[in-house]
Amino acid sequence: MLAQVRAAVVSTLFFTLLLGIGYPLLVTGIGQLAFPAQAGGSLVRNAAGQVIGSRLIAQNFSRPEYLHPRPSAAGSDGYDAAGSSGSNLGPLNPDLTKRVKASADQLRQGGATRIAADAVTTSGSGLDPDISPLNARQQAARIARTRGVAVAQVERLIAERTLPPVLGVMGQPSVNVLETNLALDAAFRPGQPAAR
Amino acid sequence: MNGAGWAEIVITIGVTLGLAWPLGAYLARVWQGQRTWLDPVLKPVERLVYGGCGVKADSSQGWSGYAASFLAFSAASFVVLYLILRFQDLLPLNPQGFAGLSPDLAFNTAVSFVTNTNWQSYVPEQVVSTFSQMAGLTSHNFLSAAAGIAIAAVMARAFAANRAEGLGNFWVDLTRICLYVLLPFSLVIAIAYVALGEPQSLLAHVKATTVEGAHQTLALYPTASQEAIKQFGTNGGGIFNANSAHPFENPNAWTNFIEIVSMNVLGYACVVAFGRIVLARREARALVVVMALFVFGASAAIYAAETQAAPALVAAHADTGVNMEGKEVRFGAPSTAVWTAATTGASDGGVNAMHDSFMPLGGGVALFMIQLGEILPGGVGSGLYGMVVIALIAVFVAGLMVGRTPEYLGKKVEAREIKYAMLAVLILPLAILGFTSAAAVLPAALKGLANPGAHGLSEILYAYSSATGNNGSAFAGLSANTPWWNTTLGIAMLLGRFAYVIPVLAIAGSLAAKPKLGATAGTFPTDGGLFVGLLIGVILVMGGLQFFPALALGPIVEHFQVLQTLAAR
Repeated sequence: MLAQVRAAVVSTLFFTLLLGIGYPLLVTGIGQLAFPAQAGGSLVRNAAGQVIGSRLIAQNFSRPEYLHPRPSAAGSDGYDAAGSSGSNLGPLNPDLTKRVKASADQLRQGGATRIAADAVTTSGSGLDPDISPLNARQQAARIARTRGVAVAQVERLIAERTLPPVLGVMGQPSVNVLETNLALDAAFRPGQPAAR
Repeated sequence: MNGAGWAEIVITIGVTLGLAWPLGAYLARVWQGQRTWLDPVLKPVERLVYGGCGVKADSSQGWSGYAASFLAFSAASFVVLYLILRFQDLLPLNPQGFAGLSPDLAFNTAVSFVTNTNWQSYVPEQVVSTFSQMAGLTSHNFLSAAAGIAIAAVMARAFAANRAEGLGNFWVDLTRICLYVLLPFSLVIAIAYVALGEPQSLLAHVKATTVEGAHQTLALYPTASQEAIKQFGTNGGGIFNANSAHPFENPNAWTNFIEIVSMNVLGYACVVAFGRIVLARREARALVVVMALFVFGASAAIYAAETQAAPALVAAHADTGVNMEGKEVRFGAPSTAVWTAATTGASDGGVNAMHDSFMPLGGGVALFMIQLGEILPGGVGSGLYGMVVIALIAVFVAGLMVGRTPEYLGKKVEAREIKYAMLAVLILPLAILGFTSAAAVLPAALKGLANPGAHGLSEILYAYSSATGNNGSAFAGLSANTPWWNTTLGIAMLLGRFAYVIPVLAIAGSLAAKPKLGATAGTFPTDGGLFVGLLIGVILVMGGLQFFPALALGPIVEHFQVLQTLAAR
């Protein structure tokens, strides 16, 4: 009996040290040396070197000259990168129907003719950094109008930044909102203030 | 549904099966104490552990001794983990400044990670310190997986034995599985995850000022190292609340693919290793076929369900191609479907989309896969021994039909084994249906529900199925961080793990002591299509008969409500 207790205590403590401290620190060391950008959270910085977000994490965009991300249920008002969450509303929940309808109405007022499913639904994480190509194209006219450029130019930029599925079959085509918005700023008059 | 989606599902399952064979061959060497190419590095470490534990590497335990070691180890890990979580505010590496967990939450979480369930009642990035994630949760991802795999090794030895007492030594199995299997593969996978974009940082938070001038706090952790063993050990407990839907845990289609493959491959490999040791490779292949058929069938069903028109999208006149609520754009329906089948079949419990927002039948299939007993292919180790228990029942049923004493893999299956097997499998309905019916009438429990109507019952049923099956996924709208849920789910997890393992070990002890018989003309073949069909039937009848009435009141009635809503438009 005492032998069992000794073995249990010693093995738990030994493996806690090896697997709970040694292993994560080793991966941290290798990761920080070999892949510092990824290990640090794929951060994006501005010209002044300040962190403006992560390319993997959605942040809110509401100005008309930018692509808008999907609605978010993370945190109390969305896009909380320290409180990831989906809405967890069931398919028949009246709150879901109400929310989706409201989002769709708003998009139609903004000029969308087709409503992509991802444009009116919250993601699993609330931090989905991507939107579907259809969702992005539906926003092209608004962006072009605000920035005073041709719609075709914005659509071309979106098409260039659409990531295809891996090997043609794994995953879905996607457009990264933050990166595409930075590309929009770089291509067409960066830093233009919001309309009106 | 489209061709690319089907191709993704088939490729993912196919690659998993393809890798299971070499991994199973390697695993068999580790179980049998044979040399591996890692010996020069790891043999000294192995000896060090045995020395510290006072264990002789060549000693062998009977089933009750093995069970006592298993329980002693689980108890010690529970205590250590409970203390780490409860007092994380006094421990180092708490840059977030989090307080210690409440007693009921620390109990629930410690039970959850020690039983390989990894149910989480909390939002990790707002509750758990970096130290707790590493030393507490990451290490127990390894240890609970290794303990499960050890029981599978025992099952293999029991069938291979001829009138033997000894079933191996728990401490040796635990050590060798951790050192030779879980650690090296996790290390390689973790580094691949960092390369593919997962963070691996000891910093707690990075503050960002967004393009539009808002403030955003990005939570970071040593994510990749935990993600690797979370999936490879079928643990499934998220580093973040959104689990593998979170872009830091699962940034792209490549990581998603590796995470799905790694959460099933070791479960299948346990069956392959079992087949090699018992000298029953064809019989093991039949078990793998049954497992893979269920995973494919569930993937297909969820893919079909999630590409149905969702009522909210129909009402808003939006595109209805995919029910995108709770799903990530980079994954869409097929990646989500194959992941969900793999995670609920495997007792992993990690999710890459929110099951609570699935269409009723999509969520219903996930729930049903858990209720089938977590054997398809099941958790690492636990899938193998769970499947063997079902196989014993299947040959018993076949034996009843033809009036012969049933045999499985050269061992006579008699009343004693069947009694233990039934004792084990009856734990599932007892804990799942018992707790669900209690919770369905208790106001303290019902306060936690997020959705009204039939969906609310599904949330309760899913929670207890997930806990008892040691799965850990959730209809996550349920607010489970209350004393009622933390305590009862903790008890369900304990029952699902230990009340199952003890009879399984008793079966192993009983089988090992029997003579190994050769096959005769009267032996029921357990390697062909007939047995595959019989096994599928037994799995479905046991799951179906036990849980169908409850499912009818949850996902099935909700499905008809969806049809009614759509028809009314």
